[in-house]
Amino acid sequence: MAMMSIRDNLQKQINDSIKQLDFLVKQTKMPIIQDKSGNPLWVDVRELDLRYQIPVKKVQKFFNGLKDGKILATKCQKCGTVYFPPQDDCPYCKTSGLEWIELPKEGKLITYTKISVKPPSFSHYQDYIVGIAKLSNGVNVTAWVIGNLEKLTVGVDVKLEVKEREPEGYITYYLELE
Amino acid sequence: MRNVAIIGTGHSKFGARTDVNLQELAWEAVKQALEEANIDQKEIQYFSVGNAGMWSSENLPAIVVGEYCGLTTKGTMRVEAACASGSAALREAYLAVKSGEVDVAMAIGVEQMHQSPNPNVVEMIGRAGSYFWEFENFGLTFPGYYALYATAYMAKYGLKEEDLGKIAIKAHHYGSLNPYAHFQKEISMEEYMKSKPVAWPLKIYDSSPITDGAAAIILASEDFARKVTDSPVWIVSQGVSSGFANLSRKSDFTTIEAAREAADMAYKKAGINREDSWKVFDVAEVHDCFTIAEIIAYEDLGFARRGEGVNLARENQTYIGGRIPVNVDGGLKAKGHPIGATGVSMAVSLARQLLYRAPNKGMQVEVKNGMALAHNVGGTGHYGYVTIFSTRRPSQ
Repeated sequence: MAMMSIRDNLQKQINDSIKQLDFLVKQTKMPIIQDKSGNPLWVDVRELDLRYQIPVKKVQKFFNGLKDGKILATKCQKCGTVYFPPQDDCPYCKTSGLEWIELPKEGKLITYTKISVKPPSFSHYQDYIVGIAKLSNGVNVTAWVIGNLEKLTVGVDVKLEVKEREPEGYITYYLELE
Repeated sequence: MRNVAIIGTGHSKFGARTDVNLQELAWEAVKQALEEANIDQKEIQYFSVGNAGMWSSENLPAIVVGEYCGLTTKGTMRVEAACASGSAALREAYLAVKSGEVDVAMAIGVEQMHQSPNPNVVEMIGRAGSYFWEFENFGLTFPGYYALYATAYMAKYGLKEEDLGKIAIKAHHYGSLNPYAHFQKEISMEEYMKSKPVAWPLKIYDSSPITDGAAAIILASEDFARKVTDSPVWIVSQGVSSGFANLSRKSDFTTIEAAREAADMAYKKAGINREDSWKVFDVAEVHDCFTIAEIIAYEDLGFARRGEGVNLARENQTYIGGRIPVNVDGGLKAKGHPIGATGVSMAVSLARQLLYRAPNKGMQVEVKNGMALAHNVGGTGHYGYVTIFSTRRPSQ
């Protein structure tokens, strides 16, 4: 339900701006506004609403793994390279259909930041912390850092955990401080 | 392969240029470059356009710019290398002349970011890391990516926020002298420390602004250059490298490998030792999209040893008169960072420096060796471009 209200709010903002534009065109017969410095700007009357469709067939097992509470990477059986983010092709050995392995949970935070100025599509979240951790098998993972943030520092132990992302409700992974 | 000379440079005023559209903005730089070289469009046999786009309405900017600037019927392409798109456009034109394919080529860099509202631009740049694994789920912003470098550098080498402040203060100092700069006012350490957090540890005053701007360079073969100018600036060498899209694929978050590699390539071709590089150049332009990037650049270029770039900032060694003057036009931080124009703008600033034509004497370096360097990074370390310029004709 929370997601619905976020979408409703967004839609309301869009509708309001379209209404303003319609009003302007009705009044002046031109979609031209003035910016801060008084310069006339034509406001596009052709809206483009983009949402990409990204093929995930070759790494579908990763998403199946998330549903089972596991974070999976791929490993080339020929050269031993571990891929995370996972990919099903080893470009060095030119082989495909790589082995799927579960990543260890234990890792150490190697860097982080707290995002204060957020992109509009993340504006419904509180300020969030993004970190990169090196897991015990040497693989690096980027994810939100959650948990006891008083311990937040470079070098601290983190655990890779699968959790739902609210309010969207889809499953993703986090780096959790104990 | 032939020597390639710069025979004309053009630069628009950078800033919120809502008084012109994309092609009108490009024309300001193109016109200046043509007048400086004292040639007409008909002499230009090829032109490349550095433009990242997305935020502006025209989808095929190279053609639109060519049409407006009277460059029709010339071969062209839009060149994208993220924030290094301008250097990539310069490379296109440089190789066209160097290879003997054409005698005269123009590189244009243009970007108009204010065609989209600022929040949308924040969104679009954030999407320019590795989309699915960094943005879709984790909402990294561009300052966020560079903040990951800053935090790692702080933990490893003891960098303080005030050290980053020294870089911002220098950028604003030179920006205040540069009539082309987006920001033309000095800032104090107090203002810097109080400025709003964007992505900890980076603040507003650590960040380059959302800017509109254009720059243009005309390149010519040695024979053509000799006919039109007695003061060419030569491109000695260029190094180009690329890295990972996904930051987590890196093993070290205190260096940008692509830039380091590009520097090694450019130095090798020019016969310069990394350790002595700072003695060779009279001035350098480095990619300071965020203050931390300038400190990392000092080290990636060999101006300082690893972990010691911060000392150059602390000791004011990159002001005019210091160990090596860096970004004396205000840099991306104060001059502004119109993505596709930045690389060409760096080349314009340096060519003018080498010819004692800085737009303000307070930002003119002393030219002892006649050598200058441009360092332009694309993305979060996706692309690295290092270009070396000289007033002395290269031996090839």
